[in-house]
Amino acid sequence: MKTILRSRLLWLMLPALVIAAVGPWWLSAYYLGVLTMAYYFGVFAMSWDLLFGYAGMVNFGPTFLIGLGAYGAALLDTYAGAPIVVCLIFGGLMSIIGGILLALPALKLRGAYFGLVTLVAVLLLRYFIVIFSGFTGGEIGMMVPDILSIDTATNYEYALWFMAASALILVIISRSSLGLILEATGQDPIAAAALGFNVAKHRLAAFCISALFSGLAGGMMVFYSGTASVGTVIDISIGVQIIIAAVVGGRRTILGAMIGSIVILLADELLRPLGQLNIFVVSGICLAVIIVFPGGLLGLMHRQREGA
Amino acid sequence: MEGSHVMAKNVLEVEHLQKRFGGLVAVKDIGFTLKAGEILGLIGPNGSGKSTVMKMVMGIEKPNAGRVVLDGTDIAGWPTAKIAHQGIGLVFQHSRPLHRQTVLENIKLALLPDSLLRLVADPSHDERARAIADRVGLGGVLDRLPSTLPFADLRRIEMAKALAREPKVVLVDEPFAGLTPREVADFSALIHGFREEGRAVLLVDHNVKSVAALVDRALAMYLGEEIASGTAEEVTRNETVRKVYMGGEIAAHPRPDLVQTSGSPLMQVKDLSVRYGKAQALEGVTLDVREGEFVSVVGLNGAGKSTLFNAISGLLPKSGEVVWDGAPTTGRSVAQIARGGIVQCPETRELFGYMSVRENLDLGGAHLEEAERTAQLESLLELFPRLRDRAKQAANTLSGGEQQMLAIARALMMKPRLLILDEPTLGLAPVILDQLSQALHRLRDTTGITVLLGEQNVTFALPHSDRIYVLQHGHIVWEGKPDAFGAEMGDQYL
Repeated sequence: MKTILRSRLLWLMLPALVIAAVGPWWLSAYYLGVLTMAYYFGVFAMSWDLLFGYAGMVNFGPTFLIGLGAYGAALLDTYAGAPIVVCLIFGGLMSIIGGILLALPALKLRGAYFGLVTLVAVLLLRYFIVIFSGFTGGEIGMMVPDILSIDTATNYEYALWFMAASALILVIISRSSLGLILEATGQDPIAAAALGFNVAKHRLAAFCISALFSGLAGGMMVFYSGTASVGTVIDISIGVQIIIAAVVGGRRTILGAMIGSIVILLADELLRPLGQLNIFVVSGICLAVIIVFPGGLLGLMHRQREGA
Repeated sequence: MEGSHVMAKNVLEVEHLQKRFGGLVAVKDIGFTLKAGEILGLIGPNGSGKSTVMKMVMGIEKPNAGRVVLDGTDIAGWPTAKIAHQGIGLVFQHSRPLHRQTVLENIKLALLPDSLLRLVADPSHDERARAIADRVGLGGVLDRLPSTLPFADLRRIEMAKALAREPKVVLVDEPFAGLTPREVADFSALIHGFREEGRAVLLVDHNVKSVAALVDRALAMYLGEEIASGTAEEVTRNETVRKVYMGGEIAAHPRPDLVQTSGSPLMQVKDLSVRYGKAQALEGVTLDVREGEFVSVVGLNGAGKSTLFNAISGLLPKSGEVVWDGAPTTGRSVAQIARGGIVQCPETRELFGYMSVRENLDLGGAHLEEAERTAQLESLLELFPRLRDRAKQAANTLSGGEQQMLAIARALMMKPRLLILDEPTLGLAPVILDQLSQALHRLRDTTGITVLLGEQNVTFALPHSDRIYVLQHGHIVWEGKPDAFGAEMGDQYL
């Protein structure tokens, strides 16, 4: 029953993907731009859900990993002039290395304390970038010499297929044996250890996977917008937005995080006529969803199917 | 079979195991051995240290000293996962299966290797998982989600998961808690099956009674130390064990019948039932307490005493009714019930550890007028002189006995009409028990307070009580005067 639902969801995704892929034929350039950003956010949120939903780790600082990837790629491009692909891989590696350096000591901590360490990490990264502003561009940000494309539609397709590939890989991981073990360690680390699973090892692996996708997406976003700045890839409020998107979409679903990001960023745009109020309204709706349906949008779907 | 026992060498040897938590010595110098195909019962009341021993064997707690030798390798202090690989499995008391996965998937989880690179499970796992499920009696519910299963089946999943790792030694935490007699028989048969497969089994339980039929030997613990070991019968008969569980000789000193027996009771509990998820913790409990009376509910750990008290205090959802002073408490909040005069002094004491003794007491009397509070404080310091000496000391630096006195005194600062004392003797040394007993005596005779006491230690409860209820497996099985307890109930209690 569960497996049917899961595959049904994947089948639903296929036509959705086709419709999205032909987006440039029926969407205005403006909305293509909005969706491009939404797709990168989708990857951020999915990476976050792997940590929180499966491994049970509350990472309050998703932008630490994203920022390392973004600035890693931007710095390599600016100072070494490496090709974009190399820069992206370098950014992903930076994110993994930074993630491991952060996670190794932090994994010993539980619950909220782990979350606090990740939060502090974001602040540290931010100060680091500001202090070395001669090198990193500081608060203003740094322009990168290369960009993915100047064509809106091409940028849109890059983002869409990058998100689709990330979603596929993350869904496969989450439904695999590894995902099962992660879920067990997230739910009850002691019981998981008593079944012979090395909890720290699995948590570290989850952190690395999350870091890789966060870092890659951060780098992609830099080469899409042409700049890396504290305000777009590191700011705590960006992290909060990612967390909200993942929770609204549905914890422990991966795809829910993606859907949540797209829904929220689109809602932000659609409600723009409200002026300054739009963010307020969207936040209010998110709050209501989280309180009324803690399982999120996808969780709601699961529940209805089960009831039927 | 018997012969092979004698020949077989020990699979598990535990020697001089010790564990300290801060200043508290939870386990001192515990040792035992287990052969393949042997079942040992490790028993002791709450707080005796038996669970800590089990956790140390599994590596969940690290011992401060001692050895845990499995097949010749000392595994003491190893990480849990490594100990699991070495061949020890634990059947948890509280099952927490993955809720989005089916029973079969939950069992398959336990079959997975500890590897990051295996994304797809070995195809043979399916067959093995099904075989294990059949063995533990889950064959018919393989594709169901755990949330749709009864309590006993959830425990079967735990059994199945432990079995899947093919452990040489199986630790089972409270094997029969919350099960019906039929299910107890099923699980006994399962545990017997472990023995036949040549596994060594350690059953951890509150009392000998529940595991007596199953174990080859038993080891009884109290306050972190071994107090007896031998066959189940030997342990049951052991003087020290009887003293620990019942407080030695059962004696009653009922006070002259000054309690009014007419009129409506202060509190009536009618047909009270409580379920924890799928486990029935209390069923159809009916009792009453009259004004000025001292009533005890006695029963072994796990019988449902704390559940009963928590239900009365409004902390647990329940069916049935509690009538307080003529009106049902249904729909009242915990705070409303407490303000109505029912004050519970919980088993766990719940003191504010970093506050001083005096601050804890002042908090208890926070709602009283200044003069009234001072008077009440004075009378309580009279009752527990030790607390006067310790007034400025932080609560968590007190000894266990002093903490218990403080907990009772704090509850009394609220000037309750009914004081509920949940197992005040928990983990206390005998000499402290005497002091506590005398304080309760004075309290009863000088204040005319109404008390509902929950105790495992019958000897502690009897001398104070006007009436006794015996609680077993969530049911009231006996009610009467303390002087009748010895004759009618004494033998069946343990």
